[in-house]
Amino acid sequence: MSVLVYTESENGKFKKNAFEVASYAKAVADQLGTSVTAISINASENDSLGAYGVSKVLNVSNDNLKTFNAKAFANTIGQAVAQENSTTIVVSSSTDTKFLAPLVAGKLQAGYVPNVVAAPEGTSPFMVKRTAFSNKGFAHTEISSDIKIIGVSNNSFGAHENGGTATVEDFSPSLSDADFSTKSIEVDKVVGKATIADADIVVSAGRGLKGPENWGMIEELADVLGAATACSKPVSDLGWRPHGEHVGQTGKPVASNLYIAIGISGAIQHLAGVSSSKTKVVINTDPEAPFFKAADYGIVGDAFEVVPQLIEKLKEFKAQNA
Amino acid sequence: MKILVCISNVPDTTSKINFTDGDTKFDPNGVQFVINPNDEFGLTRAMWFKEKQGATVHVANVGGPSTEPTIRKALAIGADEAIRVNAEPTDGFFVAQQLAEVVKNGEYDLVIAGRESIDYNGGMVPGILATLLDMNFVNTCISLEVDGSNATAMREIDGGKEKISTNLPLVIGGQKGLVEESDLRIPNMRGIMMARKKALNVVEPVDAVKATQDTKFEKPAAKGAVKLVDNVNDLVNLLHNEAKAI
Repeated sequence: MSVLVYTESENGKFKKNAFEVASYAKAVADQLGTSVTAISINASENDSLGAYGVSKVLNVSNDNLKTFNAKAFANTIGQAVAQENSTTIVVSSSTDTKFLAPLVAGKLQAGYVPNVVAAPEGTSPFMVKRTAFSNKGFAHTEISSDIKIIGVSNNSFGAHENGGTATVEDFSPSLSDADFSTKSIEVDKVVGKATIADADIVVSAGRGLKGPENWGMIEELADVLGAATACSKPVSDLGWRPHGEHVGQTGKPVASNLYIAIGISGAIQHLAGVSSSKTKVVINTDPEAPFFKAADYGIVGDAFEVVPQLIEKLKEFKAQNA
Repeated sequence: MKILVCISNVPDTTSKINFTDGDTKFDPNGVQFVINPNDEFGLTRAMWFKEKQGATVHVANVGGPSTEPTIRKALAIGADEAIRVNAEPTDGFFVAQQLAEVVKNGEYDLVIAGRESIDYNGGMVPGILATLLDMNFVNTCISLEVDGSNATAMREIDGGKEKISTNLPLVIGGQKGLVEESDLRIPNMRGIMMARKKALNVVEPVDAVKATQDTKFEKPAAKGAVKLVDNVNDLVNLLHNEAKAI
């Protein structure tokens, strides 16, 4: 009856969100008076989950699962749920997890609520708060099915250490060829650079930059901050930047600690998509730009003057605080 | 190839969102409804399959009679036929069960749905649908080619993309990239006239499990005023000492 949490890893290393979802699962388990079991696939350092409230880790070591495969991963999680008799499953909001969670939900006839931003408001009835209308609102959603799946919104609950320890058990799911009927042929992924999904800081730029040739300073600013780069919808539609960088209502949502918008006026769709970021900074020549109403800090000024100054100042700051 | 495009009827992206009935319902007053953008990219890709590979394209929607203008728009863009399951789309699990019935009855080879609807953001309909029908599934799909029963898809991943090989029957959760924004079609007068004559079949829902229910909505808390600074030194200091963001 333990709460089951899927702790995601990449190349054997837990993702940051693994500790956040583990912490969330612990909060749910405390409400239900039970413990937390994690399912981890080809991860090392499984015992590190103990500090975040996991009592037991089901450790899957399987070469066929080295590359993410939604169906096979979903089936693995489903089998762990069956073994543990779990009725509550906690997952993240990563792209891979949003791929597999509906498959688990379909298989287990489970109610699945993604984009959850806080610990359950109650467990009888089971009630969670989530974002809706692309961050223009929140919904309080009741889950009435026997098995419940909660998708925790990135960077909403945080990781909380409680000094516990975890035991690790091997778990071997039974998988067949049918589980691998969609095959990964090639992965094209930027390495060594923060992604919009995981980054603490996102530096984003819009049409105010006038052309793709001017992105050098945006990338430099992102480098100094260890940030991911993003862009507004018009910039992606014009082909100045790849689609994967488009943030907003029809692009990627951003839930970073710091979001810096440069030369972005702040259309309602863009503001909705970035509203979950904790601190927002806007740099824009137009003091009437709607982004100033949504930001915490702002500089009215020309990006071509302000950004190079900001890069220099941050380099100085990093040198002093290193 | 027989394609079903699942479309959701959603508030236009520029809409301001309000709630009514003691914040228990979305308030549609003054809201313009459109085809969910993620679905529209898929519908436009389906038109390509129709024109280049002779595919038949049907659209399906789960909704009340008020969604018909949106369905007619999909017909005006070029879909051959439409099906409306006459039920309020209460949650993603319910919608997926209704669509599963439509897919079974229509014997579709390819089902294209949006990665998520921009209203309730459940993002679960295509995946649950694939599971209920035991079809292959690719989510966050940004390109799709079909050759016989083989399909090659590209999907967006965090920080990049992944090429995937699979087979029909297939469900995809689509998004921008399937086609470009500039490929989207505005229905012309001829399309609109023809859409009036195309079949829009209304079917009653099947019994289905309801797994979740939205009981109350709220809007985000009002934002405090922006703190304007006139130099980068002050900005860095505030970000470090006040916001603790760097």
